[in-house]
Amino acid sequence: MGTLNKPFQARTFWRFTSLMALVLMLSGCGINNIPSYDERVTAAWSQVENQYQRRADLIPNLVETVKGFAAQEQETLTAVIEARSRATSIQVDESILNNPQKLQQFQQAQGELSSALSRLMAVSERYPDLKSNQNFLALQSQLEGTENRIAVARRDFIQAVERYNTELRTFPGKIWHSLLYSDLEPRANFEATAQDADEAPAVQF
Amino acid sequence: MAALPTKSLIVALLLSLPAIAWAQATPEFPELTGRVVDRADMLSADVETRLSQMLQAHEQASTEQVVVVTLPDLQGFPIEDFGYQLGRHWGIGQEGEDNGALLIVAQDEREVRIEVGYGLEGRLTDADASVIINRIITPAFRQGDFQAGILNGAAAMIQVLGGEPLAAPQGQQPGAGQEKPKAGLVALLFILMMAVTFFIGSRGGRGGRGGAALIGAALLGGAMGGRGGGFGGGGGFGGGGGGFGGGGASGGW
Repeated sequence: MGTLNKPFQARTFWRFTSLMALVLMLSGCGINNIPSYDERVTAAWSQVENQYQRRADLIPNLVETVKGFAAQEQETLTAVIEARSRATSIQVDESILNNPQKLQQFQQAQGELSSALSRLMAVSERYPDLKSNQNFLALQSQLEGTENRIAVARRDFIQAVERYNTELRTFPGKIWHSLLYSDLEPRANFEATAQDADEAPAVQF
Repeated sequence: MAALPTKSLIVALLLSLPAIAWAQATPEFPELTGRVVDRADMLSADVETRLSQMLQAHEQASTEQVVVVTLPDLQGFPIEDFGYQLGRHWGIGQEGEDNGALLIVAQDEREVRIEVGYGLEGRLTDADASVIINRIITPAFRQGDFQAGILNGAAAMIQVLGGEPLAAPQGQQPGAGQEKPKAGLVALLFILMMAVTFFIGSRGGRGGRGGAALIGAALLGGAMGGRGGGFGGGGGFGGGGGGFGGGGASGGW
């Protein structure tokens, strides 16, 4: 028994070692890239969602404040409220990432809200009392900051999707994709529908 | 033998290709030489030292990293783009906490920005940043007093981060200012209590005795832990790996 055991042990040892080496080599070859890039995309998306939500949360307060000083701007105010409810009525979850049409719809609704908001800010320029109101100034800077955060989150998302989709379509990711991750599909990305859709709308005060 | 250098040269070239392609999309960032990076030479040595000491004291007390940067120009990028990328590039703030902030002054563009890391957005809000810029920094800049603007602006940032509101502008309730320190004290006590119970709880399982000594050790440990921050000890200053997401405010003079 003892004589038989030794080569057997040596063989298992070598088998184990080569298996470990293979695993190491594989992870070096980017076998994990697709799932980890995919995680990055979903994380970037939730940031996008967060920031749009943050903007939506700011709006009721903003509308109330403007109303207090410029109630006659009913039309602009209603446009903002309506655009907001259209934008927030779109259900966003992670499934949107596999659905380019829905993503486009979401993007369009948010874009309309952006332009309604910038009209509101332009209108408020005409009311000196409003412009010097502390509450309004604070809301205005928060809105600016949020628009900037949205721009950053969108850019991060676009980059994450680009990297993920590139990994799926190029060597060696393409091989891993067909072998192991064929259930993961290319993700939908934001498209620049308007010429300046990538930019935050310029809110001039 | 001659083939080897050429080969390695080609490999090196191939490896650097992505880096070259990437460099075009991002601005060229200055080196993080300290807590005050005065690339536009707007500060005297004396003011720079005072600023550095103030910022260092703040980091030692809170682990929050605040960095002041002056730049000759923004290389054609909007200051909002430049700011968050610079913050990420340097990794200002501790990793996981993202508690860093930048005060950026661009000389040619005549623009100022306070860039706030994810973790500080709740305390140094966009509104606070905007007030600091519009009421403290740019008025001094318009009078040509850049040093005072930067110094007072950075001091105001630290004041707000420390939980004290800015000097109340006209039309604010007087009561609001007095409650803040109390809230801070209560929070501190609460954290201490938590630390103590946590330490006792974790040690108690192993049959701990001599509670007083333990509490002492725990308090000491907590205090040391709080100061342990993520920056290199040997005089150098480095970012801790904090993240930025575009929070803050900008202004011009």
